[in-house]
Amino acid sequence: MIALNALTKRYGRTTAVDDLTLTVRPGHVTGFLGPNGAGKSTTLRIILGLTAPTSGSATVDGVRFRDHPRGLHHAGALLDAGDVHGGRNARAHLSALARSNDIGRGRVEEVLREVGLAAVAGRRIGGYSLGMRQRLGIAAALLGDPPVLLFDEPFNGLDPAGVRWARDLLRRLAAQGRTVFVSSHLMSEMEHCADRLVVLGRGRLVAEESLAAFAARGGRADVAVRTPDPAALAAVLTAEGAGVRREDGGLLAVTGLAADRIGDLALAHGLPLHELTTRTASLEEAFMDLTADSVEYGGRPAAPVAAGEQR
Amino acid sequence: MTPATGRAAGVGTEGTGTTGAPVRFRDLVAAERIKMWSLRSTWWALGLILVSMVGLAAYAALATTDGWAGWSPEQRSLHSPLGDAFPDEAQLFVILAASAVGTVAVGGEYASGLFRGTFAAVPHRGAVAAAKVLVLATVTTAVGVLGAAAAFTVAQVILTDVGAQMSVTDPGALRGITASALLVPLSALIGTAVAALVRHSAPAIVAATALLLLLPTALDEDERWTAMLRHAMPVAAWQRLMETGEPPPWISLPYRATVGGAWGTYAGWTLVAALLTVAAIHRHDP
Repeated sequence: MIALNALTKRYGRTTAVDDLTLTVRPGHVTGFLGPNGAGKSTTLRIILGLTAPTSGSATVDGVRFRDHPRGLHHAGALLDAGDVHGGRNARAHLSALARSNDIGRGRVEEVLREVGLAAVAGRRIGGYSLGMRQRLGIAAALLGDPPVLLFDEPFNGLDPAGVRWARDLLRRLAAQGRTVFVSSHLMSEMEHCADRLVVLGRGRLVAEESLAAFAARGGRADVAVRTPDPAALAAVLTAEGAGVRREDGGLLAVTGLAADRIGDLALAHGLPLHELTTRTASLEEAFMDLTADSVEYGGRPAAPVAAGEQR
Repeated sequence: MTPATGRAAGVGTEGTGTTGAPVRFRDLVAAERIKMWSLRSTWWALGLILVSMVGLAAYAALATTDGWAGWSPEQRSLHSPLGDAFPDEAQLFVILAASAVGTVAVGGEYASGLFRGTFAAVPHRGAVAAAKVLVLATVTTAVGVLGAAAAFTVAQVILTDVGAQMSVTDPGALRGITASALLVPLSALIGTAVAALVRHSAPAIVAATALLLLLPTALDEDERWTAMLRHAMPVAAWQRLMETGEPPPWISLPYRATVGGAWGTYAGWTLVAALLTVAAIHRHDP
């Protein structure tokens, strides 16, 4: 378990982390989201004792991380896949880390197999792709078989098969009762592997809830209906109290009626349906809405954008 | 299929190895040893130090034997067989290469970001730094002793041709060998200290070189205080320890350094460099 209590980190006049109180529980994959510069990496570094907080505290299993004598047994971390010496090979890199924590050579080979690097473990890391370095970083995090795992942007550079592998691994680690805390600035990555979400904006906690609760924030659940006679169907549905909005391509966006009821009504009035889809709010949109006010490096359109999508 | 995932849900912190136990210093030393020997640059740099020490000694000794027949008796009497074994250019090279080895050992770990992973694994930064210093000092001392012994042997064997050799039991011989050998770890540790303070390899190499090689040239021995400062420089100390007898009568040295003072300079720099390295690494966030 990771516990942050009124955690604050200032660099001069910039506040990177602002009064963050948070508990990350075992048995779940907790997504740690926020735009670039929101303070995610700083928070992870503070949890690992690499940066001292200005005030407040961070503990791993109730103990300040710097007071754990052997870090790898308490928390495994992938902070930046580039934090390696390119001149060393993967086996030597992991062996040095393992040796410092009294972990045997056998374990190094185990994690190399686990992440799929066993065949290239003797090659210099300098020649690795970003995806291979991410795998190496994940291997290092697994070395001590720790109850807490922290991953900063672990999907960067992984190919689609690698992303799926990493997702499955994160879920499996959580299912084993570990605390898995994964940062990302892309909601789409979290959608398929996180159970809980923590959202940060400008160093402040914006949301801390389950994925389902977060999705409900979008509030745009509706049913998309396609029919050759949209005007007739719209009249029928409006008469039943539904809200109907026309979208591009003759699609009707219906709110206030469930898909089965819409289908029944269409049949009763002899109107053919070509498509009937229940749409939940996109997590991506919920995330964008939530963090719109706290984007650190937001771009401004250079010229007025065509009407429609402007917010 | 998934050996990395042997944990049962809800199990505490029982994992691989022992968890609550304090970190063992010998494990940290072993880890630093793996790091050091797994880099090709280590082998190259240490190999170059050995080759240059022996090669330049042979070159200097051969120059002596070649010219010996044409030398006047006075020139012959001034010849130092110890100086042939450890010529200035060899020490220049040793200082450059060894300080670079020390600089890269620390600066490279800051530059690559590896220190973040190292300290996440072992939060006790001071202990990690001490292990690093110990490994570096041990390895460079071994290289220095090996290189100095070989350089002395090769030079004296060559000088035997003209009967200008010296024995290891002659006065000052062992002192010169030891001083030349220890110049390797001394330079390496000064390199680590500068890198721990500067935290970038390239500027640290420049700073260490300036400190070791350029600064002493700016100091003369005309005044008592400048002489004292000069004597406190590692290169000046090495030069003093290489003197086997009294300086020639026409050189006036009102403030000549003592042998004990020169050894003190060696010891002082070593100690300060080691402590600075540990303290700076302990203090700075990676």
